[in-house]
Amino acid sequence: MLKTFSIGGVHPEGNKISAHQNIRQAELPKQAIILLGQHIGAPAKAIVKRGDEVLVGQKIAEAGGFVSAAIHSPVSGKVAKLDTTIDASGYRKPCIIIDVQGDEWVDTIDRTPDLVTETALDSKEIIDTIKEAGIVGMGGACFPTHVKLMPPPGNTAECLIINAVECEPYLTADHQLMLEHAQEILIGVKLLMKAIKVNKTYIGIENNKPDAIELMTKVASKYAGVEVVPLKIKYPQGGEKQLIDAIINRKVGSGKLPISTGAVVQNVATAFAVYQAVMKHKPLFERVVSVTGRSVAKPSNLWARFGTPLSQMIDECGGLPEDTGKVIAGGPMMGKALPTLEIPSAKGTSGILIMQEKESRRLEIQDCIRCGKCIEACPMGLEPYLIIAQAMKQEWDKVEKDSIMDCIECGSCQFTCPAQRPITDYCRLSKAKVGGILRARAAEARAASESSKK
Amino acid sequence: MSKKLVVSLSPHIHNGDTIQSNMKGVLIALIPALAVSLLYFGLADLYIILTSVLSCIVLEFVINKYLFKSDRLTITDGSAALTGLLLALNLPSGLPLWMVILGAAFAIGVIKMSFGGLGNNLFNPALMGRVFLLISFPAQMTTWPVNEWASKAIDGASGATPLGIMTGVLNHAPGVSLDQLPSAWEMFIGTTGGSIGEMSALALLLGLVYMIWKKVITWHIPITIIATAFIFAEILHLVNPIMYADGLSQILSGGLMLGAIFMATDYVTSPMSFKGQMVYGVAIGLLTIIIRVWGAYPEGMSFAIIIMNGFTPLINTYIRPTLFSSLPKKVG
Repeated sequence: MLKTFSIGGVHPEGNKISAHQNIRQAELPKQAIILLGQHIGAPAKAIVKRGDEVLVGQKIAEAGGFVSAAIHSPVSGKVAKLDTTIDASGYRKPCIIIDVQGDEWVDTIDRTPDLVTETALDSKEIIDTIKEAGIVGMGGACFPTHVKLMPPPGNTAECLIINAVECEPYLTADHQLMLEHAQEILIGVKLLMKAIKVNKTYIGIENNKPDAIELMTKVASKYAGVEVVPLKIKYPQGGEKQLIDAIINRKVGSGKLPISTGAVVQNVATAFAVYQAVMKHKPLFERVVSVTGRSVAKPSNLWARFGTPLSQMIDECGGLPEDTGKVIAGGPMMGKALPTLEIPSAKGTSGILIMQEKESRRLEIQDCIRCGKCIEACPMGLEPYLIIAQAMKQEWDKVEKDSIMDCIECGSCQFTCPAQRPITDYCRLSKAKVGGILRARAAEARAASESSKK
Repeated sequence: MSKKLVVSLSPHIHNGDTIQSNMKGVLIALIPALAVSLLYFGLADLYIILTSVLSCIVLEFVINKYLFKSDRLTITDGSAALTGLLLALNLPSGLPLWMVILGAAFAIGVIKMSFGGLGNNLFNPALMGRVFLLISFPAQMTTWPVNEWASKAIDGASGATPLGIMTGVLNHAPGVSLDQLPSAWEMFIGTTGGSIGEMSALALLLGLVYMIWKKVITWHIPITIIATAFIFAEILHLVNPIMYADGLSQILSGGLMLGAIFMATDYVTSPMSFKGQMVYGVAIGLLTIIIRVWGAYPEGMSFAIIIMNGFTPLINTYIRPTLFSSLPKKVG
């Protein structure tokens, strides 16, 4: 019996169209648009100004706080201006625009393909290097990696879990990365283990990637304490809480951090980035992006520098198909539909999914028939049918009591609803509303306790 | 850029399941039971089924269009047709067609549409239609025509139903004993008397397997009902084997299979969570046997389901699924 998470989950079609396409280098953009907020937390602060000459890998923005990440130039050239641009969320965000000239790298970066296996760095130095390299979770949430490697007081890391699940349909970036860079990934894993001082690592891979499981198992056998765990195919297995449950059978409590279970979860592409940062002195400025979709002429996996407009990558894969209805940054279950293609790629851009017109529209919403399929699908044990009903009536207190803040917005409820109800939409709205209420309540309590002290 | 893109929130894909596809799944699952009834009773059944289905569809259309003044064509979701079919399957073959229309009118008009249509009704419309007819026309509703096909094929088949025999024994009717019950095999394949759809447990179980395979329903409700009824009846039988029929005869007779598989599993009127569904199933199983053994009516299935339909909102309020964050945290 293959392992998987305890409750809920759905089985969307895999559609891994771009699987086994060798990763190729995407063309450099003429102008790179580098967002300052490519991660969860405070946006980075630009440390270059208009007219500055920059090299590939040169730091151009520093972390704007503890939960933040530095940004390095993905291109060489001259800073054209500090401006704003529309990002995948559809909002205008601050960015640095660089006119690309040539491809001159910072000379400390080791550009040889040689495998570097040994380092003298200790735990703290590894974490500092990771922080300095601007590495964030590459699975899509983009949480700064160094923060996760430093558990808050009272928590100890017991094991490392590498998320190589790639449970989102269509996306193949992690799969291909494993096939082409298994050695580097395993060295990255070793570095992460050293950083958090654990001697056990599990690499979770879904069973739809047998070649990756085989290769990773073979390479991992040379490393003590590293075990590849094949997982049953089920969405959302790549969710942090689900993956911890699937692999070590521990549950993250409501409102608790994953580290409370003793597990530190890192994406497989993050492990690769850690290898490059620590062993090759290469900060994070490019990643693998799957460009895929049923009508895409050349479904591909591209090494793309951050700041490359998505339209350019789409052109490299045969152009935008005639029957395009929707373009998504990320996968179809949790990705964001884009209002325009002139959006620059960023640290979290794991894929560009181009959907056909006929796949792009939702069907007519019908009344809830109380079939309970959303409850069956919900991996968090919530009652999505109730949440949408209460949210429509704006009964936020009830939604709060029904544990809406446990929702991970995986989309399983809406994916499975036979009445086509926009359940996940309302879950998001509820989380935003209840989150606001909770923050207001906390602020009030703080104010009350302060005034009582006086 | 010239091309306009669709922008919506995730998820951007759907598993393709619709209300129609689920209703269709139930309709397909009913094919074996329908085939058996047509084989046994012939065209008379077909008229009842067609009358019931058509009345339900027409009535829902009319109410929706002229009373609700709604432009949405709700009859295309298939639920009205399904209600009609299920109602017909719960009626005895040979019932006058005007009674069938009356039952359909009650089911759709009063029980379904007056609550707001699909998804909003408290009680199972088809079952309420049947109970309405049972209370209004007790004689016609409990007259079972002789199963002609079976009486030709199997010597000695009669119009006396297993439930009739069981009730006779319980009421100390002269000359009736549990020895007269048909064999479990006869009840299983359906050569005894009964309503149109409840003839063959085998045909109904085929439907159950299909629905579970196609994920139209889960096992929780039907299996708990059948298991509970079996165990409870078996305990009574052990206490007094002369008065109380054995568990197998109880679950194979009357409307138990039809009720457990097709009526109690109605999405709208059954509990939402698996735990709630199992409580509901156990209660229906117990109530069915209690009504059959100690009640005034020989058949308790319809009443048991309707009673538990009434408890469904309560079950939904107090029996909730377990949160992921409250699952036992196995450490080790």
